[in-house]
Amino acid sequence: MSDLTAKRALVTGATSGIGAATARAFAAAGARLVLSGRDRARGEAVAAEIVAGGGEARFHRADLRDSGACDALVAAAVQSLGGLDILVNDAGVFHRGDVATIEPWAWRETLAVNLDAVFFLSRAAVRLMHDRGGAIVNVASDWALTAGEDAVAYCAAKGGVLMLTRAMALDHAREGIRINAVCPGEVETPMLTEGVADLEAARARWAEAVPLGRIASPEDVAEAILFLASPRARHMTGSALVIDGGAGAA
Amino acid sequence: MAADVWGLAGRRALVTGATSGIGAACARALAGAGCRVVVSGRDAGRGEAVCREIAAAGGEAHFVAADLRASEAAEGLVAAALERLGGLDVLVNAAGVIHRRDAPSTTDEAWRETLAVNLDAVFYACRAAWPVMLGQGGGVIVTVASDASMIGAPRMAAYCASKGAVLQLTRAMALDGARRGIRVNAVCPDEVATPMLESEARQLGRDPEAFLAEAAEGIPLGRIAAPEEVADAVLFLASERARFVTGTGLVLDGGVTAR
Repeated sequence: MSDLTAKRALVTGATSGIGAATARAFAAAGARLVLSGRDRARGEAVAAEIVAGGGEARFHRADLRDSGACDALVAAAVQSLGGLDILVNDAGVFHRGDVATIEPWAWRETLAVNLDAVFFLSRAAVRLMHDRGGAIVNVASDWALTAGEDAVAYCAAKGGVLMLTRAMALDHAREGIRINAVCPGEVETPMLTEGVADLEAARARWAEAVPLGRIASPEDVAEAILFLASPRARHMTGSALVIDGGAGAA
Repeated sequence: MAADVWGLAGRRALVTGATSGIGAACARALAGAGCRVVVSGRDAGRGEAVCREIAAAGGEAHFVAADLRASEAAEGLVAAALERLGGLDVLVNAAGVIHRRDAPSTTDEAWRETLAVNLDAVFYACRAAWPVMLGQGGGVIVTVASDASMIGAPRMAAYCASKGAVLQLTRAMALDGARRGIRVNAVCPDEVATPMLESEARQLGRDPEAFLAEAAEGIPLGRIAAPEEVADAVLFLASERARFVTGTGLVLDGGVTAR
């Protein structure tokens, strides 16, 4: 699929999970990439894998909890790529807790990474894209649409990301900047599987709740992100593409 | 033929409402992606023309006339598609009509025609295709819903009702098909440059050009969708790339419903 030939893309959270899968899919589609994340070793490994496959990718370490780091990351991507056509905001953290029990630091980190950073990075990207257009894809969640138990911070952050997506889409539609979200359900990523003792049992449990009978792979979600970022979705903006194996239809 | 970017080469597809507009664009796009296509609709002249165009581009398309307002027509159509194609992997329900009327001024006939074409026909076609897809181990259904499946719009009461129903039918069938290999999704476009949109201008007594310009102005992206843009979304949903997507309404509206 040659949908993104020569497009210059920045993918955050690209050291694992959906972000890494998106980076691989984008590279296969011809995009030139800057990858970002906190874990240098894993980020360099993903970049090296893409380069070994004939693609172009550089890793730039960034801790997105800081707005200055977000600006610096976009600047670094522009310097590396000569411009920016696509931004994928994938970086995310998850902390359990209901409103009474969640630790203040966990609330703050969830909102900082899952929502504030999307704002900071989008702000920097839109400033660059306003004269020649571009595409931003935010990784929201089915929990941007309906809530789940014991996850107040995550639900709030993802709800915020989806509405931020829509608001920015309206503001920048006439500048040719399309801004959309994907809303996956459970995806088999480190964020989900970390600390799970019996992965086989957990998989069966998760799968039971999904009409299609399995949870998503990161690659399943990457396909949707690739579609939204590509010219094939040129009339889509402000949309939430739900990719949840049918869970939201129930 | 271009590289098989969608993984759809050789798939057998039936498209209703394929004699013009979104359906014709879907038929062309599916054929362009390597599908063998049955083009269906009421107007044989236009349907044959779409098939000739596809054949001229190196694709395979067969026209089968059908008026899907009757359930036996859907059974007959699916049977005819099986005869031409030897199986059925993709069903796209694109047939649609619109009456630009508020509820009080909608006649019994206009209500019945809108629900018959926009909803009943989708149900009949899906019901006829279902056992075929189950027998093959799976398949993909795409319905053409609308942003009017999710938000209301003035002077299109019957249309809104039919499209709301189609989206819910899509979700319900998606749940029933999920463990049996059948994915069912909808596309939800806003205004698309089709004969139906021109008909809306006529029904509202508006100058078509001014009507289209006004419609474009109301869309954040500033333009009306091309049928080909809807067809691209249908290709995505019909392809293995959307293997984890079912029961979804893919909104393709230039930003309208973000508001």
